[in-house]
Amino acid sequence: MVKNQFKRISGLLSIALAVLIDQVIPVSPKQPEAKGRYFLYFLLIIGALLTVGYIASFFSKKTADYIEKNSPLIAGGILVLNIVNVVCSKFSLLPVLFFPSLDRVFGVFISDADIFLRCIVSSGKLLLIGFGIGAVLGFTTGVLIGFNKTFAYWFNPLTKIIGPIPATSWSPLVLSLFSTSYQAAVFMIALSVWFPITVMTSSGIQNVQQTYFEVADTLGAGKFYKIFKVGIPASLPSVFLGFFYATTGSFVTLVTAEMFGCKIGIGWYLNWQKSMMLYANVYAGLILLAVLCNLIIKLLFVLRGKLLGWQKGIIKW
Amino acid sequence: MVGRIKIENVGKTFENADGEELRVLNDLSLEIEAGSFVSLIGPSGCGKTTLLRAIAGLNPADEGKIYLDDEVVTKPGHERGFAFQQSNLYPWLSIEKNISFGLRARGIYKDKKEDVKHYIDMVGLNGFEKSFPHQLSGGMNQRASLARALVGHPKVLLLDEPLGALDAFTRMNMQDEILKIWNGGEITMIMVTHDVDEAVYMSDKVVVMTPRPAKIEQIIDIKLARPRARQDYDFLKYRTKILEILNFAGQKNEPEYYL
Ligand SMILES: Nc1ncnc2c1ncn2[C@@H]1O[C@H](COP(=O)(O)OP(=O)(O)O)[C@@H](O)[C@H]1O
Ligand SMILES: [Mg+2]
Repeated sequence: MVKNQFKRISGLLSIALAVLIDQVIPVSPKQPEAKGRYFLYFLLIIGALLTVGYIASFFSKKTADYIEKNSPLIAGGILVLNIVNVVCSKFSLLPVLFFPSLDRVFGVFISDADIFLRCIVSSGKLLLIGFGIGAVLGFTTGVLIGFNKTFAYWFNPLTKIIGPIPATSWSPLVLSLFSTSYQAAVFMIALSVWFPITVMTSSGIQNVQQTYFEVADTLGAGKFYKIFKVGIPASLPSVFLGFFYATTGSFVTLVTAEMFGCKIGIGWYLNWQKSMMLYANVYAGLILLAVLCNLIIKLLFVLRGKLLGWQKGIIKW
Repeated sequence: MVGRIKIENVGKTFENADGEELRVLNDLSLEIEAGSFVSLIGPSGCGKTTLLRAIAGLNPADEGKIYLDDEVVTKPGHERGFAFQQSNLYPWLSIEKNISFGLRARGIYKDKKEDVKHYIDMVGLNGFEKSFPHQLSGGMNQRASLARALVGHPKVLLLDEPLGALDAFTRMNMQDEILKIWNGGEITMIMVTHDVDEAVYMSDKVVVMTPRPAKIEQIIDIKLARPRARQDYDFLKYRTKILEILNFAGQKNEPEYYL
């Protein structure tokens, strides 16, 4: 009981410690001055949220479980930031050019909020278009390879040859083939998405239990009904894995493609800030990227819960 | 609508993993009257499933012909329902959707919703329409799979050890359920079983098969009034007789010093 209480409050304790240290130790004179104490503000925001959660945990069992489970993790994360704060800002034990103070890193989210927003919209749009095209094509080729022997004969080797090549390595060719670098970026993202979805869809379909089709046969189902109502649903768990690989792969391609020729976007931002040696901005961009990628992955899993709920009783995940 | 099945000189050879030929059915002929309940019984691995699958059209025989009424069977069809040994329900569909799968596939679900209800009732699954197969017991799944095979009104229902995976108590209940569905001959039923009691309890005729390659050893007419009592003197006499034939059939291939 005491242990559980300690778990719940651990996040707040870690924040209190970080705030205390941040207040007591002065910033190293070697660090360029930040516009404000943004790390402190960050700590206070997280602290406020945790406090609300902590109070709520006395009234709701669900919140209590959630806080109990995640609070130690948050405590650990804050502790790491705390150490980074001491090492980088307070004593500047590392080269200040590459290791800016956390105040400056978090400050970028305020100073560059406007450009961040435009980057998110642009990257989001690019990802969506590329992913959409790649997913539709990948799923279609996967289904065709899975169900049609002739198609499989001709397209399996092609998939095997083209697939493993990193999509971004096509850039020299693709940049000259397409009239705009945006189109080239779309193409490369689509390509990187197409491969894993094709492979996982076709292998999923080929591994469907034969008896599922036999049952459908004896019930009078036609070919297309069997494809769409038996083959595809039965292979969805594997298709989902394909989407998962595709998503992680598409992030890589997106950022790399944006570095080549885009005028806006998170990849472009990172490249631009790096060339100006503004590492605080690079870190902020990376944090933004991490948060966005995680959100998308999370969304994917919510979708899986909705679509593949029937799996829960069969496969542990 | 009930159907008559006629099996004419059917033969089937498989190739096993080593590429050796395995003769499973050999020149097998059998006629099954419309509306009758026939059990196939024989040593394990003799080819009962193979024969049943040939009737279903799931893997056609190499030689000979199988007729449903006057039509040659070439491929699977809804007029020959099949109840598999495992329930084989689709795990991603609810019980109701599983049962109505065939009707939906044939585009006649809208007109037959009442039938779906009727069969869900009959197998005692009302209240579980929205459940998924993994949420139900093995017996319930097996009943759902029976309902699925029946709801399209097949002329013949082929059952491959449909109760083999159930416990003894559920099994006896299900035997009565199946007989209720059969209802004295509203549908022709051909059932593979390895349980002699079950065969005698349910069938008009018990077809005893020989070890591989399967031939028909003997066909026994069960002339007992229904409903049958499992402890009747006549019931036990049939049971003993079939066991004797099975023993005889089983020992043909065994060395003499065994005796
Ligand atoms: N698809 C197949 N390929 C090769 N051998 C098979 C195949 N199906 C069945 N057999 C073999 O045929 C024999 C009869 O099988 P089966 O009809 O399932 O027997 P049972 O009477 O027990 O139902 C067995 O020896 C089995 O191994
Ligand atoms: Mg069998």
